[in-house]
Parts: sequence; structure tokens; C-alpha cells
Amino acid sequence: MSQEEKSTRRLARRVNWETILAVLLAIAIVGGGILNKDFLSPENWTNLLANFVEIALLALPLSLIVITKEIDLSVASILGLSSSLLGLLWEAKVSMPLGILVCLLAGALAGALNGFLVVRFGLPSLAVTIGTLALFRGFAYVLLGDKAVADFPPEYTGFGIGTIPYTFIPSPFALFVILAVVFWLLLHHTTVGRRIYAIGGNQTAALFSGVNISRLKVSLFIASGVISALAGIIYTLRFSSSRADNGIGFELSAIAAVILGGVTVQGGRGTITGVVLSLLLIGILNNVLTLADVANEILRIVTGSLLIVSVLLPNLIASTRERLRLLQRQREIAKLAAVSTTK
Amino acid sequence: MTKEFESRPNGPGQLKVFMRSREASLVLLIAILTAITTVLNPRFLSPQSLKDLMLNVSIIALLVLGQTIIILMRQIDLSISSIVGITAFLSGTLFIGHPGVPSVVVVLAATLAGLILGGVNAALIAWGKIPALITTLGTLYIFRGANYAWVHGRQINAVNVPGSFLAIGTATFMGVPILTWIVLILLVVVAIGLRQYGAGREYYAIGSNPNAAVLAGINVSWRIATGFLISGAIAGLAGALWLARFGTVDATAAEGIELGVITSTVVGGVAITGGVGTVVGAVLGALLLSVFSSTLVFLRVPSFWQQAFQGAMLLLAIAVDAYLAFRHALRSRVKWSHV
Amino acid sequence: MSSEPTIELVDIYKSFGSTRVLEGVTLPLFPGEVHSLMGENGAGKSTLVKIMAGLHLADKGAVRMGGREVLFRSTAQAQHAGVSVIYQEPTLFRDLSIAENVFMHRQPKTRYGWIDYAEMNRAVSGHLRQLGVSLRPEDPVLGLSIADQQIVEIIKALTFEAKVLIMDEPTAALSLEEVKRLFEVTQRLRDRGVAIMFVSHRLEEVFAISQRITVMRDGQVVGSGPIAEWTTEEVIRKMVGRSLDALYPKEKVDPGEVILRVRNLRRAGVFKNISFEVRRGEIVGLAGLVGAGRSEVARAIFGIDPLDSGEVSVNGTHLRNHTAQDAMAAGIGFVPEDRQQQGLVMEMTATRNATLTVLPQVQRFGFVSREKERQIAAQWTERMRLKGHIDEPVNILSGGNQQKVVLAKWLATKPKMLIVDEPTRGVDVGAKSEVHRTLSQLAKNGMAIVMISSDLPEVIGMADRVLVMHEGKLTAELSRPEATEEAIMFAATGQTTSRIQSKESKNNPKSSS
Repeated sequence: MSQEEKSTRRLARRVNWETILAVLLAIAIVGGGILNKDFLSPENWTNLLANFVEIALLALPLSLIVITKEIDLSVASILGLSSSLLGLLWEAKVSMPLGILVCLLAGALAGALNGFLVVRFGLPSLAVTIGTLALFRGFAYVLLGDKAVADFPPEYTGFGIGTIPYTFIPSPFALFVILAVVFWLLLHHTTVGRRIYAIGGNQTAALFSGVNISRLKVSLFIASGVISALAGIIYTLRFSSSRADNGIGFELSAIAAVILGGVTVQGGRGTITGVVLSLLLIGILNNVLTLADVANEILRIVTGSLLIVSVLLPNLIASTRERLRLLQRQREIAKLAAVSTTK
Repeated sequence: MTKEFESRPNGPGQLKVFMRSREASLVLLIAILTAITTVLNPRFLSPQSLKDLMLNVSIIALLVLGQTIIILMRQIDLSISSIVGITAFLSGTLFIGHPGVPSVVVVLAATLAGLILGGVNAALIAWGKIPALITTLGTLYIFRGANYAWVHGRQINAVNVPGSFLAIGTATFMGVPILTWIVLILLVVVAIGLRQYGAGREYYAIGSNPNAAVLAGINVSWRIATGFLISGAIAGLAGALWLARFGTVDATAAEGIELGVITSTVVGGVAITGGVGTVVGAVLGALLLSVFSSTLVFLRVPSFWQQAFQGAMLLLAIAVDAYLAFRHALRSRVKWSHV
Repeated sequence: MSSEPTIELVDIYKSFGSTRVLEGVTLPLFPGEVHSLMGENGAGKSTLVKIMAGLHLADKGAVRMGGREVLFRSTAQAQHAGVSVIYQEPTLFRDLSIAENVFMHRQPKTRYGWIDYAEMNRAVSGHLRQLGVSLRPEDPVLGLSIADQQIVEIIKALTFEAKVLIMDEPTAALSLEEVKRLFEVTQRLRDRGVAIMFVSHRLEEVFAISQRITVMRDGQVVGSGPIAEWTTEEVIRKMVGRSLDALYPKEKVDPGEVILRVRNLRRAGVFKNISFEVRRGEIVGLAGLVGAGRSEVARAIFGIDPLDSGEVSVNGTHLRNHTAQDAMAAGIGFVPEDRQQQGLVMEMTATRNATLTVLPQVQRFGFVSREKERQIAAQWTERMRLKGHIDEPVNILSGGNQQKVVLAKWLATKPKMLIVDEPTRGVDVGAKSEVHRTLSQLAKNGMAIVMISSDLPEVIGMADRVLVMHEGKLTAELSRPEATEEAIMFAATGQTTSRIQSKESKNNPKSSS
């Protein structure tokens, strides 16, 4: 991609992606309200917000990873692994607090494996996390087989399905909000965030500026592991069910939300705000369609299309500009040829 | 000057070159695993057991043919599972809606449908310039969603399908199922195509050095597009064969199969960084994974370990490929030989 | 040798933006002749090659082949006309065989449309034999050395029926035997009537292989003719002969204690026996031709590239197996050669770029304080007299201003010593003198500076001492009075007459004249 092409593409995005998302979100909310009178009810919003918590959690560290030009496809498998582990431990009469801690630790280890393979061995993160996606999910099956563990203590499942007192906000969603704020602060207001953008924007320049790239990337993968494990715990408590196949396919939704949120695979760009907006957008679309009794499948189609359009549109705009530029240069060359042949 | 022959036989092969190649290692591993399994349980080599093995491998091996072309070019196609799902259901629907329709027509229709779906990928990637990961992730969703919507909770059952069609999955010729023969024939066709035709070599060139490919005058966009068209068509065919093999098709048919396909391909020697590998190797990779599964079963390892092992094998294959690449890179670090 | 040139550049002019790169260049290449093109960095050689190769179009003047004027709009057009270029970095398909590389996209076919591998291998074998090279067409390119890869490129050119072969620094990475082999190949090409152009810095080789030589300087041809009429001294004199303007305000400073000491630095295949010291207040110039290994040495001192052996110490602190962070902590700053690829994150603002090295300083209570960020950035960019909005992405800034941002970034770390690599490359005259003024000022205030530069007037004007590198080794250390352009160029091309000369170079006839 030429330098000019890059800058035009960037320009095209600069019509503030977050603004576009916010507008789309507003349209979705208004549209939802018009289509179905139950849409704006508190109960519906509790459902809506609760249902997307896990994917939303997965998307947070994933955004940071994608900004650094890596990817982590194993997040849903770590979720499943954590869920299975929690069930296993609970069945073995291990206390919940300890069980939760072990699960988070397992998530950290899983993330560390990803980080180690990608950073220390320099293996491409796409391929590695396809491998660990299978590996971790495999471990989940090893732990739990096709059993399911239920009967989790009500204090915990209560958190899973409960809401903040006097509001319609589900408790897990509140947890997500806290973490979203943490990530927002991390990415936009700390030196760690500055380094993340630098690595994604130009890893060589970051290296030459003394940024410890290895340490940062490994940390991001570990964070992804921990948060994915947390999502697994929440999922388990919400449905009061621990199964090895929990969360299969979530990574695709998470990535879709991240890309749609303005974090490009080319790295170096994107905001937490954008990702949160896109998560809400997808969540609302899901909800609206469910209320309208539209088949679940349509949502898949919509999510997939949104993902593609969010990359296609800026590309098209940039390439038409490039084509115009090329035409101009060809005219210049023709003029030059005419000049020199007349000598 | 010493030269290292860590090459894969992508030109006219020599025996010596083959012996040190990935394909040879795979054959060796398969042989070892087969030996182990047979010792543990002689039933492994019985005709019935072998037939099952071949049937199990065949559809993945078919998909691997398409994925090889894709990965050779440093691309990826995640949408194949959704294409298979759609065309499998399409095949069943054709049989139900048009009783007496010849199997050949159904197969062709399925392949054509796959070609069209692959064309969507091709257009978005080659001309829309959207990275393959994003595109095929999106179409994985879109196609599967469309499939669910179309199937709408229904299901194709074996009774709906003419016996002659199901025979592809059950009948054998010289002990090998018809299904497997079809895949083997296609393996030969694709292998020849990749080795003996300019277009085939261009897939390698694009993955090996995209800049040099442009300089050599290759129309890279077009070549990438054809790759995804072929991958789609193969997936389409695989859908028809899926129906023949299983007889039952619902909206979840082939869901998740893309990961096994990619793993087989990479284990089979098609480096994820492109430019290296053969379809023979990739199919051997699929066979290896399948035999390994069987070995685990016969070793009485709970089937729940399968996926974990699959993941571990992929990681191992990637690590090995990276190590080999690293060793060659060391040679080009020397700037002055007298220093 | 006929009197009609196979290809001829006539009165070529070329500018990039406002920079005049080629002025009235006329250059004929005759069949069966090796014509060497020499000149220091920036003389315009590579632009000339690119015009012949079809990568650039001349602004004025003509390219003539066979008496007619030709216009190459692409490399494919040039290749089909019979002009091939062998670059220093071959672009080959590593995973494919030699024969496949040569014939990609134009493979010979059999009746069925199948690729005729036998024919391909036969043709390539033929070329290999004719050139006297013991490679086989089926060999994968992957294991080949640069020398062998060049042979592949040459064969590719021959299969294009190349009448003109241009080789850009062909012997740079070759061993003695490989050079010999290349010369034999060249002779056979000459016998076939190919017109060959060598762009090279190696004087002995140029004199050994060429029949004709052209010397360029500052975009013009300053000398041309049969090689018999030249001596090495004359070539060098023509390469550098210009009057020195006293543009560079380096003030006399009494050097203080030693800040940087490096001993016997070695990186296999890249550089060896590198030892020197830098004192407070000194600017030590590190001169040499492009590719001599200076940037690699700098990167190794800074900890980005590995060192196989040797010591680096700053103010007495030894740095071992160190990273860039260690170097920074010890007080080294490093302004890299390529500001767009290595020095700046182009999409980030100047503020963020300038504070990337001192992130801990922009914090307040653990969070980034936008004010502090801006304040620190502004402080240092103003010191550099940066003109431009510091809150815009740096890719909108001019080259000179971009360089100022990079400098600001490193000055913010308040280093004890600074390595600057090509500080004024691609920078306009005004910004150039500002950079020089800054460096002088820094030295005066006690900083130790190593300045890598291929710009001889800059080196001579700014440096208290000049070290010269040639192909990975230090070939000279010149004091300020000794450092004339000719002396530096002598050492840079491997004609070592000065103090630093390893025992090895005395025994090895190749690296000394």
C-alpha cells in the first residue's frame, strides 16, 4: 500500500468512526423502540445488557492486542476452560473464592503460553492462537468431558443473574463497566497505552525508542487470559451451568465487535469507546431482532455483514481517490512523453 | 559452497530430496502410529476399520485441497464450513424437491453453489482489499446465518436421499469407498495443477514473495481471486459428499470443521507463511490427524483428549516450520564474508 | 568493441521536488565492455540506474537504444527492451528452485500446456555451464548465498536476451572466490556482446574489471573515459573535489573525560575489531560508504542488534548483553538512520513521538498528564526550533522538521552521549544548519557525540576526529587537520594508509591496496 493510499484511507476513517457508531447506535435504539414497545422496558434492558457481558469482556483486552497487530483467537476456549475448571473444583468441594482464584490463575497461565509462543518464539499469533484455541478447549473437555455441573451456591449465581439494587443494571454488566473504564484509562491515559499505540503504529520505531515490546505483549496476552477466565466464571454463574462447550464461537463475536469498533487489523488505531459502542450496537441489534421474533440466524448475517462493511467502505473511498490520482499522473507521463519526442 | 536440501519437492522431485522432506516424515509418522495401533489392536487393519478411517478422512482431505491453495498464498479461508453446510442442505433439498434428479446434477449444482459463495470471498478480498481473515470470518457468519434461516429447524434424512447417492459413502471399489476415490482423483488433479501449470506455480510465487510476484508480471489480484473461487467450489462439492456420507443434514452440518482443516494443512507442511508445501503433504497431514485420533481411541485415551492433541500438533508444526525458516535466515545475515 | 553504444543516456536531468539529482548526464554503454560508475553517496548513481531500469522517468534528456529514442514506463518495458538490473538485494522466490525463479510467469510449455521442466532445467543448466557456475537448476534458492542469488538474477536477465546488464554493488557481499567467479562470468558476458555497467565503490575491482569509467559528483559527470587513462588517486580526487564552505559552526572544545569506550566489538559477518573512545565535548565523526557497517555498529552499541563479542562501557559502566533500555539508562541516546521506519511513529503526533522515550516523566499520580506531555514535548521541540503543529501527525511535517522531532525525543532523555546516524539526510539547507548548530551546542555543553554521516563536508566541518569504516572494519582515525575529503575517501574505499590497520589487513591482499 503506497504512502498516499494509506493516508487517504486514514482520512476516510477520520470522519470519526466513533461518531458514526454513536449515530448508528442512536438509530438502533430509536428504531428498536418504534418496532417494539417492550424494547425500552427495564426488564428488556436487563436482559440485553446481561446477554452480551461475556463477549464484551473478551473484547476489552482483545482490542489492545489487535492494536499491537497481534490477535488472540483462543479467548473463548479459555472461557470454556475456566468454566469447566470452576465446575470441577466446585464438585470437588473446593470453596468458591478459591475456585475462582484458581480459574483466574489458569487463565493467566493460558495467556502466558500464548504470549510465550508469540513473543519468545516469534510465531505468528494467528496460527498460534488457532492452535491454543483447540488446545485449551481440549483441556476443558479433558476436565469435564460432556458432563455439566450445576448447583452452584445461590450467593454466587445470584450475582450472575442479579441486578444492582433499585436499577435494571445486571451485576455482571456493572463489572464490565468497571473493567471497561479500567481499560479505557489504561489505553488512553497511561504510559502503557502510549506504548501500545506506538508498537502498533511502528514496532521498529518503538523498539528503537526503548519500549520493552516483549514484556508488553506478553502482559497483554496474560491479561486476555485472565479476563477470558473471568468471563468464563460469569457465564457459569449466570447460567448456573459449567460445561466444556461453554462459549464456543464467542471469539468470532468478540473480534467482530473489536473490528467494527474501529480497531483495524493493520494496528495502531482504535479506541475503547469505539469498541464499547460497537458492542452495544451488536447487543441492541441482537435484542431487537429477538424481540421481533426474527430468527437468531439473521443476527449472524447482520454481524458478519457489519464486520465486512466496516472495512470495505473506507477501502472503497480510498481506492477511488487513488484511482483519480493515478489518472492524473498518467496524464503527466503522457505530456512528458510528448515533450521529449518532439526534441 | 554447501547447500542444504531442506526443500519440498515442488519442482520435479528427486528421491533424495523426498526422503528428507516433510512428506516423508509424515509417512513415517503415519506408519509408526499405524504400527502402534495395530499392535494394540489388530482390528485396526481390518477392512471395515480401514474403510471407516478412509471415510472419516475423505471430506477433510477434500477441503484440505482447497485450503492448501489458499494458505500457499499466505491467505486463509475460514468460511468453508459454512459453505459445506449450505451446499449439503442444498443437495438434500434438490433430491427432495426433484425426485429422480440424477446425482451428477446435484453434485454439479452443489459445486456451482460453492463456487458462487467462494466468489463472494474472492471479490471482497481481491478487489475490496479486505484482509482474508476479516472477510472469511464475516462470510463464515453470513453464510451460516443464511443457512440457519433457510433450514429453519428442518432436517434432511437418509430416507430423503436416493440409495444410489448414499452409495457413494457406502459402496467400495477395490476395498476403497467411492467417496475416497473421488477425493483421490481430485488430489491428483490439484497436485498436477499446482505443479504442472503456470497458474499453479503462481500460487507458490505469491506466497513466497508477493513483491517479486508483482515484478514478475503476475496478476496477483486475479490469482488470489481464483484461489478463493476454487476453495469455494471444493467446499461446495464437499457439501454434496457430506450428504452422501452422513445421510442426515441439519443447520449445524460441518460447523467448526475449518479448524481441523487448517490444522491438517499446516501439519501437512503447508507453512502458514506461505510459499511452501504440497497437497500430497496436506492430505497426509489430514491422514495423520485421523490415524492419531484412532490411535488415541485404541489406546483407550478418552475421546475428550482429541482436541487438545490436535491443538498441540498444530503448535508443534508451526514451531518446526518457524525453526526451519530461522535456520535459513541465518545465512543471509552475513554481510562481509571476511569479517 | 563497436563504436555504437548499445544504450546511451543523453543529457539527462532529474529532480525530486526541489532537489536537483541529475544534471546534464551523458553516459554511453558499449557492447562487450564493462563500464564502471563511481561516485560518493548522493552523487546520483542510483537515480541514473533507476531511469535506465524503467523505475523513473527523466525530466529532460533522452535514453537511446540502437540509435532510436526509448521511453521506459515500467521495469517490464525495460526488461523486454533488453535492459536488466541486478540489485544488491535480489528479489527471488526463496521457496522455489533456480529454474522456476528464472522462468516464473513465462515457463516453456509442452503440448498439453504443462510446464516443461526438462526444458527449463536444460536452458538454465546451459546458462550455468556457460557462466562456469556449479549450481543445479533444481536447487532451491532458499539455501543460496547472496553471491549465488546474484547469479540467478544474471541468468534471469540472460533469458530476457539482455543486451544491457547493470549491476549495483555486485561484489558487496561476496568472498574473494565469489568475486573471482563473478569476474569470470562478467568476461563471458562480455564475450557475448552484453554491455555491462558496474556501480561500485571498490577501486581495485573497478580497475581490474572495467574498460571504461565514469565518475559522478553532485549529480553531474565530472570525468569519463577509458580506464587506462585513470589512476585511483585521480578517481578519488574527482569524486570529492569541491571547495569546502565553512558552513558548519563547530566550536573548539577541550575534550573532557572518556564517556563512551568500545573495545573489539564484533558481530560475525558484519563488523569486527571496532574499538574507539569518545570524550565529553567531542564530536567523533564516523565516515564510510553506505553499507560499511556503521549503523550496525551503532545499533549494537545501543543494544538493539546483538554483539558476538566486545565491550561497551559508558562512564565506566559496562554494558553486557544489553537492551536499548539498558543503554538509555546508562545515558546513551540514538537517533537512527531512517527516521520514517525507525525514528518516528508516523501516524502519531509530534507530542507523542517526542515523549515516547521519557514516558515516566509525563505521568502524574500514575496517569498520563496531557499538560506535562505537551509541556515536555514543547520544551524540546522549541529548543530544536520546530516549526509546525506538534499535535498533528508527524507525517505532515517536512523532512527537516521530522528530524527535529526525533532529536527532541532523544534530547528529552538528557543523555550523556548521543549517537546520530545521518542526522541531515533528506533535510533542507535551513534545517540542516539548525541541526548542526544544535549538535555543536550540545557538545559545548559537555555531551559526547558520535556522528555517522556519508556527507563528507558535514563530517569534516563538524567532527573533532574522524573514524572511517570500510566493509566492517575501522580503516582510519583522522584528527581534524588530517581529515580531508580525499583522506577520508581513501580510507572509505579500503585504501588504508593511516594509523588504524589491523594485522589481518596487512596479510590479506584484498583489503589493503
